[in-house]
Amino acid sequence: MKSLAELQAIREKTLNRINLRKEEEGEATRVVIGMATCGIAAGARPVMLSFMDEINKRGLQHVTVSQTGCIGMCRLEPMVDVIMPGQEKVTYVHMTPEKVGRVVAEHIVNGRPVEEYTIGAAEK
Amino acid sequence: MRDLSLHILDLMQNSIRAQAATVSLSVLLNEQGMLSVIIEDDGTGMSPELLARVTSPFATTRTTRKVGLGIPMMAENCRLAGGDLAIESELGKGTKLTATLDTSSIDCLPLGDLPGTVTTLVTMNPDQPEFVLRCASPKGEMQFDTREIRQALQGVPFSEPEIAAWILESLREEIEPIFGGVIL
Repeated sequence: MKSLAELQAIREKTLNRINLRKEEEGEATRVVIGMATCGIAAGARPVMLSFMDEINKRGLQHVTVSQTGCIGMCRLEPMVDVIMPGQEKVTYVHMTPEKVGRVVAEHIVNGRPVEEYTIGAAEK
Repeated sequence: MRDLSLHILDLMQNSIRAQAATVSLSVLLNEQGMLSVIIEDDGTGMSPELLARVTSPFATTRTTRKVGLGIPMMAENCRLAGGDLAIESELGKGTKLTATLDTSSIDCLPLGDLPGTVTTLVTMNPDQPEFVLRCASPKGEMQFDTREIRQALQGVPFSEPEIAAWILESLREEIEPIFGGVIL
C-alpha cells in the first residue's frame, strides 16, 4: 500500500480546507449523483470519479459530492444534481466523464449552468 | 452492467441499505481460473421468505416500484459463465452473497475497475459502514481496511477529493499486479 505517512500529509492539507468550509457554513455547493442499479449501469461511477478528480485538480474548497438512489427517471441516467447556495437546483442528465469538466468549469466555478446538458433541454 | 466491478458496486449498496456496520468484499481467483466474489455484511439480514424469492426480478424492498434487478442480473451473468450465485442470510445477523464465475468461459464478464468501485463505495459512505477488501490470485494478495485509514485520518472524512484520490491510486497500485492481464 502507498504509505500511511503520505496519507497523513494529505490529511494535514485537507484539514485547513475543512475548517475554512465550516466557517462559511451554508456556502457549500453540493453535487449529488444517482447511484442505484440504473445509474450504475448507465455509467454513474466514472462520472462520480471524474467529479472528484476535477474538484481535486482545481482545488475547489466548497464543493461536496454525495450519492442518492433511483428517482424514477432511469432512462435519463446518469443524473447529477448541482445545488449551489442561493440558486435553484440544476439537474443534468445523460452525464459522461467528458461533460463533467464543463459542468465544473462553467457552473460550479463560474455560476452559469450548462443549459444543453440539463433535464430541461433533454425533455424538449 | 458491463463488468463485474459495476455489479459489485450495485450489490454492495444492498448491504449499505441493510444498515451494515461492516461490509467485506473478497475477490478471489484460484489456480483453475474460477473467480469467487464474496460480499458479507452484518446488516439486518433477510427473512427466509424474502431470501427464497430474492433472486427474482420481482422481489424488492423499495416502495417506489415493484422490480429489483441487482441480484437477478448478477445471478444470470454467473450462470452464463459456468458459475452460480448463492445467498445465505439470517434476520438480525447479516447476509453473505457468494458469486462464482469461470474466467475461461467466453461469457465471463471482465472484472473491470475494481479500485474505482471500492473508492466510490468508501467516499460515498464516509461514516458507515466500514469496508474490508481482500483480493487474491496466484499472483499475490492484498487487503484494504477502512478502519486503518480512518485511524490515520483522525476525523477527516473519506469524501474529501484529495483523500479519494489517494485511496483510488493506492488501490490501483495494489490490485493491478494481482489481477492484471487475467481478467481486467
